[in-house]
This record gives sequence, C-alpha cells and structure tokens, in this order.
Amino acid sequence: MIELRGIGKTYQMGSTELVALAEVNLDIARNEYVALVGPSGSGKSTMMNVLGCLDLPTTGTYTLDGEPVAGLSEDQLARVRNRKIGFIFQSYYLMPRTTITDNVAQPLIYRGIAPGVRRERANAALARVGLEERTLHKPNELSGGQRQRVAIARALVGRPDVLLADEPTGNLDSKTAREIMGLFGDLHRDGMTIIIVTHDSAVAAHCRRVVRLHDGRIVEDQPQ
Amino acid sequence: MSNELRQDAPIDVAPVGAPIDEGSRLQAFYYAVQECVRSALGSIRSHRMRSFLTMLGVIIGVASVICIVSLLQGLTRSVMNEFQGIGGNTLIIHSETPREDRMIGKWARIRPADLELVKYRIAGISNVAPRTGLNLPGGVRNGSNTSTAQVVATTSWFQLSNQSYPRIGRFITDSDDDSRRRVVVLGEKARSDLKLPENPIGTFIQVGTEWFKVVGVMESRGELFGQNLDDFVVIPFQTGWALAGPWREPDMAITVTVDDLDAIKDVTSRITALLRRAHKIGPKDSDDFKIESSQTITQTIERVSDTITLVISAVVGISLLVGGVGIMNIMLVSVTERTREIGIAKALGAPRSYILMQFLIEAMVLAVIGGIIGIGLGWLLGVVAAKLIPHFPPPAVPWWAIVGATGFSALVGMLFGILPARRAANLAPIDALRHE
Repeated sequence: MIELRGIGKTYQMGSTELVALAEVNLDIARNEYVALVGPSGSGKSTMMNVLGCLDLPTTGTYTLDGEPVAGLSEDQLARVRNRKIGFIFQSYYLMPRTTITDNVAQPLIYRGIAPGVRRERANAALARVGLEERTLHKPNELSGGQRQRVAIARALVGRPDVLLADEPTGNLDSKTAREIMGLFGDLHRDGMTIIIVTHDSAVAAHCRRVVRLHDGRIVEDQPQ
Repeated sequence: MSNELRQDAPIDVAPVGAPIDEGSRLQAFYYAVQECVRSALGSIRSHRMRSFLTMLGVIIGVASVICIVSLLQGLTRSVMNEFQGIGGNTLIIHSETPREDRMIGKWARIRPADLELVKYRIAGISNVAPRTGLNLPGGVRNGSNTSTAQVVATTSWFQLSNQSYPRIGRFITDSDDDSRRRVVVLGEKARSDLKLPENPIGTFIQVGTEWFKVVGVMESRGELFGQNLDDFVVIPFQTGWALAGPWREPDMAITVTVDDLDAIKDVTSRITALLRRAHKIGPKDSDDFKIESSQTITQTIERVSDTITLVISAVVGISLLVGGVGIMNIMLVSVTERTREIGIAKALGAPRSYILMQFLIEAMVLAVIGGIIGIGLGWLLGVVAAKLIPHFPPPAVPWWAIVGATGFSALVGMLFGILPARRAANLAPIDALRHE
C-alpha cells in the first residue's frame, strides 16, 4: 500500500547540504505493523514527514494506496492527510480550548460533515479507545495516557488507511506506555496498518517488522 | 451505543479507508463557516479583556457614527413634523433677486399688486394670504416691558395655511384688514415677555410707534433648533403695510392653497407666467421670485440633512479604519500564538482555504461584535446628549444606520483580517508543528 522508490530528502543549511534521506526504498503492505527505528539524526522524523505527506521528498516517488504523492499541491496533500493518514504525536497535539469530542471530531470538519454526524463518529472513536465517559472534558483535565488515547481516537475517526505514530509513548510512564502499545496491538488485529517511529526498542518490540534507519538510509529491515 | 462498540473487534473504525458520507460542497461550506464562527467565539471568550480592547476602536467609531446620525435624524424628523402642519398643497411665493440684479443693487419685491393679480387672475386656488415680516423701530412694548417678537402682518387666511389657531380670543379678520384696524394677536412667548396676564384680551400694547389692542393669543408651538416658535405678534396685513411704508419699500410672501393636489404643477406655471409678465421680465432673464411647495421645502431639508449625515459618517468612518488596524495587530499576535494549533489543523488535513476563512471570520466576528456594542452605546449616547441639550428633539436611529454600521464593521474586519489570515494559511505544516 505504501511504496517508496529512491526517496531522497536534502535540506539546504546555508551553504552546506544536509542529506536527511538518501535512496530509500520501502514497501509496506496493508495491515502491517512496522516500527521505524534509529538514533536521532538518522532521518526518522524526515521519513515520518514524507510518509505522512507533511513534506515532499526531493527525489524519488511515493505511492500511497496506488496514488502518486509527489507533485501534489499543498491542498491536495492536505486532502490525502485528511483521508488516508491518522497522525499520533509524542506531545499529543490536542486543541487545549475544545472538548475531547470536538478534538476528535476535528479532522471531519475538513470533509464537510455535519456537526451531529461528526460528534457521533467522534464518540464512537472515543469509545473504541475506552474514553467514552470523558467526552465533555478539556484535554488538560486528563492524564497523559488518556490524552494519547484521545489523539489515537482523533487519528481513527476519519477511517484512515494508515496510522502514523511519532514516539507515541515518549511522554508516558512505562505502565501507561504498555497500555497504549496494547491498544495499537488491538487496532492492528482489527486490520489497521500502523507505522510507529521510535528510538525505544521496547516499543519496537511490539511491532511485527522493524525498519532501522541510519544516516538517512535503511540499514536493516526485519520481521519479528 | 458506546458499549457495543467498545472492546470487541469489528469496530466502527474498520473497514479502513471506507469513505464517510460527505455532504455537498455548499453544505460543506456552511458547516465550515458554522465551525469557524464557533471557534472564533470560543477564542474571543478565552481572551475576554484582550478582545474587548481590540474591539474598542470599532466600538468608539461605530458609537460616534450612530450617536451623531441619531441626533441628526431626530432633528430632521422633528423639523419635518413642523412642516407637516403646512399641507402638501400649499404654495409659497416669495421674492428672489437674481444674481446679476443683486450685483447692481436691485432688489426684487413681491408687491400688493402681485397679491391682487394672484388672487383674481389664477383659478383653482384659495386661502391666498400675504405675509410680511416688519422691522419697526421701537419694537413691541408694554410699558417698560419689551419683546423681541417678530411682527408679522397677514390676513385671516394665514391661520389656515399655517395650521395654527388662537388659544383665546380671535385671529385677524378680513374686516380688520380692510379697515386697517390696530389689533394684534400675540404668540405665547411674546405674551409672557410683555408680562401680560394669561388672558390679555382688551389690553393695549405698543407696536412700533402705534398702540394696538390685543384681540387673541395663539396656541403655543414650542421650540425648534432652540428657536422659540411663539415669539411673534400678528397684525392685519394692510395695517402693517401702511406702518412699514414710510421706512422702506416692504417685501412680502404669498401663501396659496391649491384646491386640486394634481394641479400644483399647472398652477405653479400659471403663477410664474403671470408674475413674469407683471414684473416685465424678458424671455431670457431669470425669475425675480420663487414658488415653493411645502414638498420642495421638506425635500430640501431632507437633502441637507442627508448630506450632513453622509459627510459626518464618512469622517467618523475613518476612525473605524483605526479600529481595523487594532484588529489586524491582535490577529497577527494571535496567529503567532496559535502557530502550533495551525500546524495541527494542517496535519489533520485542513486546506489553506479553511485556515484563511477561520482567521478572516475571527477578525470579522471581532469587528461585528464591536459594531453591535457600538450601535448600542451610540444610541445610548444619543439619548443622553439629546436630554442634556435643552429643547433637543429625541434621537432616532434609522434602520439603514444599523445595517450600515454592522456591514461596515464586518467589512473592516475582513479587510484587516486578510493579512493575518494569509500569514496563517501560508504556514508550512511541519514548521508550524515544530513551533514552540
């Protein structure tokens, strides 16, 4: 479902050229559960941005669900992000002033879905992550683990093709982290394609396939 | 419903990638606007003080416009009511010296001969009343009490064409006029200035050098523009004409009532032709008189008032632009503060147009709320000001001022929201997400 061919990404830092990704080839099929690991500076984050259509690669082709991504306009990329990708961030990135339900429903606004339907879908997604009772709370009234569940619900609400998580347990204690990883396991069993970017081997251990990056290249790609 | 969805597999979220029912474009736009307004109100509510200060410029601008417009409109309305007393079928003929004549010191006059002509040679009119204001040496006196009253010389028809009648006693009669009787009818202000009793009928007062007998007192008409409408005395026309004669050639105005309202144009042109012939005006020269209907007078007042309103509104409208700059400033701050939020929205798939609209609507909502507060405040200020200024009529806020002020506020918000909104919409998603 995901096809990266000869993906390269270079940043211009003054006069020097910084190579973040070089000649990356990667295929990820539907319902895979992949960990993208590597030390900091290995190109993980750039990889995540490219996979998530937040950034376009400098070279190479990226096909998502049979659709080439390179060459899309900013708004077309936004549409792809909205429909095909569910993001989960290390710091949750919830809207502080709005309720949990509204946070989860946010991606549906951009699809022109009626408020009532949005709320219904959001509450269903919240129920899926076990938070159906706190829908009217604000994010700052929740614990870190609960906030990450909200973020996962938000990622799920639009029925994406792939969940893209960036250090989803980075801000959580180990017990809560295990719970969140358990939730990812459940979602994988239900048929979701999941890619987790992490430097934590304990997190990677939950995944079915580990792709190791170093200096912008894939150095290891193994099922486990 | 949450219970069945909870733990177990075939979740609502699967099958992955299945499309969710989406509405039409128009519906989508409507929901987006609805959401933007909601989020704008939320954001304003969470920064109450700041939002209020931001609106202050718009509030003050709109309040000043509404206050001034309401006072002006109230004034116009009361003047119009005054003129409603004169029926729409009344014509007033008065002299008007053409410019070229004025430059050689020639002054036009309406003379008693003109009155006779109009009275006997024009069909379809009635209540032909001459009127002249006299400036007599000595003024109006009762012993040592003097009055500044205007001395009006007219005939009995005056009360009909002017729609004002005596409170006690009687008005000037035709026989008063024919025999040049020295009788006077007082305005309420003149009566009190002369220290005459409530019922002064039968008393003698001095008008100019002559003694006149008081035969009536007119109904009080109050004030207009701070000017007392009761400060006058009325004497028979012929009497007044004779009194004025020795000093200078007097001028007069003639009021006539046209019997058939549809004939006003026709009557006007006939009077014009008659007077032009009588005044020996050549075919190329302009009239030395003017015929006005009460309609043309009210139209003139309306036009003048509208022009003043427009000019003042435009001047004060500039202050709204200053308010707009305040909104732009805060919106720019807000965009910087909410960069992360914008990044999240973009990551979740918000298109450029949505972010643009969100910030535009927020600026407009700020401006419109300011405008609405301004309308209320301006109306209040108008009421207070009208109360404080003596004899000022109550203010009136016309609907177009409310619609205009709200619309203009929204426009100001939109104009000054464009720059911040564009800045927000143009943020790159990853940069915005990384923003601390």
